[in-house]
Amino acid sequence: METMRDRFAPVVSRLLDEDPRVAVVLAEIGKDAFREAMARHPDRVVNVGIREQLLIGAASGLALTGLRPVVHTFASFLVERPFEQVKLDLGHQDAGAVLVSAAASFDWPAGGFTHMAPGDVALLDTLDGWTVQVPGHPDEAETLLRHAVAAGDDKVYVRLSAQANRQGRVIDGEHFVAVREGRRGVVVAVGPVLDAVLAATEGLDVTVLYATTVRPFDTAGLRRATEAAGTDVVLVEPYLAGTSTAAVSDALCDVPHRVLGLGVGRRELRRYGTIEEHVAAHGLDARSLRDRIGRFVGAVGRVAVGA
Amino acid sequence: MTITAHDSRTYGYDDLPGLMSLMTGDEKHGPAATSTLDVLWVLYDRVLRVAPEGRADPARDRFLLSKGHGPMAYYAVLAAKGFVPAGWLPGFGAYDSPLGHHPDRVLVPGAEIGSGSLGHGLPIAVGSALGLRAQGLHDPAVWVLIGDAELDEGSNHEAIAFAGPAGLERLHTIVVDNSSASHARPGGIAARFEAAGWSAVTVDGRDHEALYAAFTAPHPGRPHVVVARVEPKNA
Repeated sequence: METMRDRFAPVVSRLLDEDPRVAVVLAEIGKDAFREAMARHPDRVVNVGIREQLLIGAASGLALTGLRPVVHTFASFLVERPFEQVKLDLGHQDAGAVLVSAAASFDWPAGGFTHMAPGDVALLDTLDGWTVQVPGHPDEAETLLRHAVAAGDDKVYVRLSAQANRQGRVIDGEHFVAVREGRRGVVVAVGPVLDAVLAATEGLDVTVLYATTVRPFDTAGLRRATEAAGTDVVLVEPYLAGTSTAAVSDALCDVPHRVLGLGVGRRELRRYGTIEEHVAAHGLDARSLRDRIGRFVGAVGRVAVGA
Repeated sequence: MTITAHDSRTYGYDDLPGLMSLMTGDEKHGPAATSTLDVLWVLYDRVLRVAPEGRADPARDRFLLSKGHGPMAYYAVLAAKGFVPAGWLPGFGAYDSPLGHHPDRVLVPGAEIGSGSLGHGLPIAVGSALGLRAQGLHDPAVWVLIGDAELDEGSNHEAIAFAGPAGLERLHTIVVDNSSASHARPGGIAARFEAAGWSAVTVDGRDHEALYAAFTAPHPGRPHVVVARVEPKNA
């Protein structure tokens, strides 16, 4: 099955052809997919070698001369390793870039924790002014990549995952989408967890919002949903649990509310195996989600499974 | 050569100590400030093609002060050349002053980057050279000034190792060497760059003619480093 990352190089290669501002910066990872684009645009597709500090610093310099750098590697090497460069070379310099990661939470479980970065979005949350896009399907990834590159000199993080929902949704790169409406709470499903959340909430009287843009957080969309469904909010995020609970609390700061943040656990899970096994270990499979969401909104025992 | 400043006075090299004396409160960075004085003056007076009125010209030369510690010499030269008013200098480090103990590009006219944390300028300069080349701007030169101890930062080594093989001919680095690194580089500073394919010259960092000759030495197909040796920091 085609992954979001499979879509990345073809889409950005077309953008390189169409827009002379676009430049791609790589650190070995992902370079094969850009071979043709590099031949066509040798000055705008740059592979700096295994040098992640230079990766971000060079992107800053490209941006300061007026280009629109698209920077790609695994999340652990893109956001975590050169974090001070992300903070200073982009943020403090007032320079923009599109950071596109792969293999964030546990896309390669057999690779172990060195290649996992479930804290990427939480880490970017310590910085100001980042747009964070979390597509849940290759089609959405294409839409959001195009939005990100076209977003002037904004700082945009696009998080591509090997996990995906079966079908893409119509998204606008800004707002949450109401997928299901109910009256006993709001469940916000971020990116690739949507299928599991829909299965988990089948028959539960809850609103399900689908979020692919998580920063800025769609405060108005969440508030609208709570008007009919009440202010019990469950977040289901494919990265560190609780990453967006502060955003929910800020959105609902003037009304009594409860929030449950579900996601990847903080404790290092020293296991290899498959993505599905890690999803289950973190309680993000449909059965676990149904139990945890149902108990939170008080639905367990009242609504029969499959009702 | 001197240039008329905002306040209609003209300043020359001999005025720099007076301008620097207007700034107080960062004495711990004093040696760092004066070590760069001659390098900065020769660059701004005779080499860089950049002027206050052309600060946004895409074809301007870029000077990136990576070694943002002790920026008094930098501010003094920017004031002498009319980028910032000399009247700003006494406010150095104050809450409502644009001039901090480390410079901020968003606040200081003519500053191409904000710096202070070591090891950021050279990688950004590499990206700037790449960006200019990609846009067909083959004339502007990119200059970045780092310190010998700053060279310890691994990010600089990533940039040095890339820029040589990439043939970034318009990239120029100045290493002001005041022997402040705790562990001196085996083989010397220039050798580190030469091993990566750079053109390298080591000169007396107080000798204006030697600096000018080093700055303007041809280096076809290769980036160029000038190691400017000054008196040791702790001498």
